[in-house]
Amino acid sequence: MFENLTDKLGNVFKGLTKRGSLSESDVDSALQEVRLALLEADVALPVVKDFITKVRDRAVGEEVLRSITPGQQVIKIVNDVLIEILGSGESELTIDHSPPAVILLVGLQGSGKTTTAGKLALHLKSKKRKKVMLASLDIYRPAAREQLRILGEQAEVSVLPEIDGESPANIAKRAMAAAKIQAIDVLILDTAGRTTLDAIMMSEAKEIFSLSKPSETLLVADAMTGQDAVQTAKAFSDIIKISGVILTRSDGDARGGAALSMKAVTGCPIKFVGVSEKLDGLEPFYPERAAGRILDMGDVVSLVEKAAETIAEEDAAHMMKRMSQGSFDMNDMLKQIGQLKKMGGLGGIMSMLPGIGKLQKQMAANNFNDKAISKQEAIIYSMTKQERINVGLLNASRRKRISFGSGSSVSEVNRLVKQQQDMARMMKKMGKMGGLKSMMSSLGGSISSSENPSFNKEETPIMDAGKMAEIQKLMGGNMSNRFGGMGLPGLGGKSSKKRR
Amino acid sequence: MALNWFKKLKNGLSKSASKVDNAISSITGKKTVDKEELDNIEDHLILADLGVEVASRITKRIKEQKFELNEKKEITKLDISETLASEIEKILLPCESNIFDKFKSKPHVILLAGVNGSGKTTTAGKIAEKFRLDNKTVVLAAADTFRAAAVAQLKTWADRTGAKIVSGLDGGDSAAVAYKAVEKAKNENIDIVIIDTAGRLQNKKDLMEELTKTCRVVSKLDPDAPHQKIVVLDGTVGQNAHSQLKIFNDSIGLTGMIITKLDGSAKGGVVVSLAEKFKIPIHAVGVGEGLDDLQDFKAVSFSRALAGLDEL
Repeated sequence: MFENLTDKLGNVFKGLTKRGSLSESDVDSALQEVRLALLEADVALPVVKDFITKVRDRAVGEEVLRSITPGQQVIKIVNDVLIEILGSGESELTIDHSPPAVILLVGLQGSGKTTTAGKLALHLKSKKRKKVMLASLDIYRPAAREQLRILGEQAEVSVLPEIDGESPANIAKRAMAAAKIQAIDVLILDTAGRTTLDAIMMSEAKEIFSLSKPSETLLVADAMTGQDAVQTAKAFSDIIKISGVILTRSDGDARGGAALSMKAVTGCPIKFVGVSEKLDGLEPFYPERAAGRILDMGDVVSLVEKAAETIAEEDAAHMMKRMSQGSFDMNDMLKQIGQLKKMGGLGGIMSMLPGIGKLQKQMAANNFNDKAISKQEAIIYSMTKQERINVGLLNASRRKRISFGSGSSVSEVNRLVKQQQDMARMMKKMGKMGGLKSMMSSLGGSISSSENPSFNKEETPIMDAGKMAEIQKLMGGNMSNRFGGMGLPGLGGKSSKKRR
Repeated sequence: MALNWFKKLKNGLSKSASKVDNAISSITGKKTVDKEELDNIEDHLILADLGVEVASRITKRIKEQKFELNEKKEITKLDISETLASEIEKILLPCESNIFDKFKSKPHVILLAGVNGSGKTTTAGKIAEKFRLDNKTVVLAAADTFRAAAVAQLKTWADRTGAKIVSGLDGGDSAAVAYKAVEKAKNENIDIVIIDTAGRLQNKKDLMEELTKTCRVVSKLDPDAPHQKIVVLDGTVGQNAHSQLKIFNDSIGLTGMIITKLDGSAKGGVVVSLAEKFKIPIHAVGVGEGLDDLQDFKAVSFSRALAGLDEL
């Protein structure tokens, strides 16, 4: 969601980092660019002004001018201020006191409250082991309550039955009574969307707030919101006490300026971000990581955690063993592809890697996406068990059969086979080193299978040393520093090392 | 009706308008305008979501105007506001376009697309009501087979407007639903088909492909269908609207847009830069949740409301 902003800031800072020394006017002109970039990213104007002042005050200070790499120093300052504005630390929900704890969701029409209610219910049920009940107070939008009921069924949590003609306040009371009787831990109240100018609806919100005494009152806001984000956040927090923000649709290509503004305006942390249309598409928000993404520093911590979450420990140990023996066959490759997919596909991983924004664009431009990976999977699935273990068996007629079976061309099959062999060789070499590099190389292998030759100029389907160097360059040349010794958990590394 | 529209819009835009007002009032009574004050106006146009580029151009115009007038007399607040309104109007006027203008074919097929939560289903209901008032028969196609209860939501609107509805199974093929609806309209001599598609983020390639597929499938029944492909845009959206419009336009070739939720504090100022860049007709604005809260887009009214002026 931050790609565009990242690009812009990246260009600004490239200019700065090349300089040996910085004058005040250097800083000023760079900050002018930053201002523009932030405004185009829909960051609220007051927040932008505040940001620029803070960065300037610190950047012009002696500290920077005396430092050996002033450009780097300025980037660090920008990063620090970004984190300050985004808030620090992950914000847990406070729902552990006397049950039922009430979570109230409010927001504009179409911001995603109902979907978020379903996601939150699933999150609390599966990750926090809570007994959750959903109740819809939206008596206005057609089928809003039915929508919540269906989501509740999907998440397998209880949903307050609907009674026609009841007022939102009465539904809230009934929900609280029902939650008490059923020994519910957390009651999620989904309210109707309202514009902040609608006095009647805003007083309804106030009434529900004061009678339900929520432990958490979360403002659900669209990541694509423009300058109005500030108005909305302010208007809601003037009337009811907002305790946090959930930012939806952050899987879009919006630049995420709203994220920057929300915290600054409400003083409340962003607690979750919605990252897909699916019920499990809700993730905690980490300000440090978001700042990292904005500055194109990647989000390695998220990647590592995601890897740890999806790749089972034994699987990984097994894989490492096989890698170091150099016995990396089609079955292993298939497993790797599966893991890649589980981690949100190539796009998901790429967006978390540092400095990879450009590469990602290239891939998109060349029409290379997760479909190519699925194709590889299909090719392997079309092989017999023997063939998967011993690719040596693959003669021309077998390859032809596989290509028919998987709906691909023989040359695609050939490419995959070559890739697997190259990978096996590489794995043997790298097996002992472990860690992210092997991960990268396998990624690289997948990347180069792109059918578009303009991305993959050479025929070699494996990422060779040159390509690795290229990626390193894209990453600012210090990939090894950043990853040194840090293995991916589940891929041989011991444990994730937090970046700070 | 027109007055009603302006009132609602003015009320909706009041927050942003008053901001523009404030910025302007700092100028009035002076004979020269310095850079700081111009910056101030520009900032406030940015706050109204007009975007940096358009904001700075309009500011420049105001600066020029200022110098012209400077010879004769002091600048008044009204001068500035009028300049602002006319600059915005110049951009918007070519895009003003009534959705209900000309229908050549029967059935006339309208497809609504947009990101999640932009208000497609509500807009579909409101359009159906417009046609009902015009004594046209309507069939609604519930092509959102993904979101929970989307069909039930559209069904309610069908009941309210007396429109027929075609729906499929949850998770089913949305293109098939659209096809069935057009087929039904053909067989039963229905005038209008409104296809309500599922919300999709423009950067999800697969989902955008699903949309092109829907258009393709419908065109099998009538090569010109869907006759209108309208994007429904949330009025609270910021500069991301550009990305939305571009990608939706690239995928299905938009014939127009409808801006929703302008009854809130959102400014919808992004419409100005969208109009300038994409030259896509703007049909209507949504100003409430009621059946009749879809109003024809009027460039003059919109511009004047945005500049904090009363209607002419």
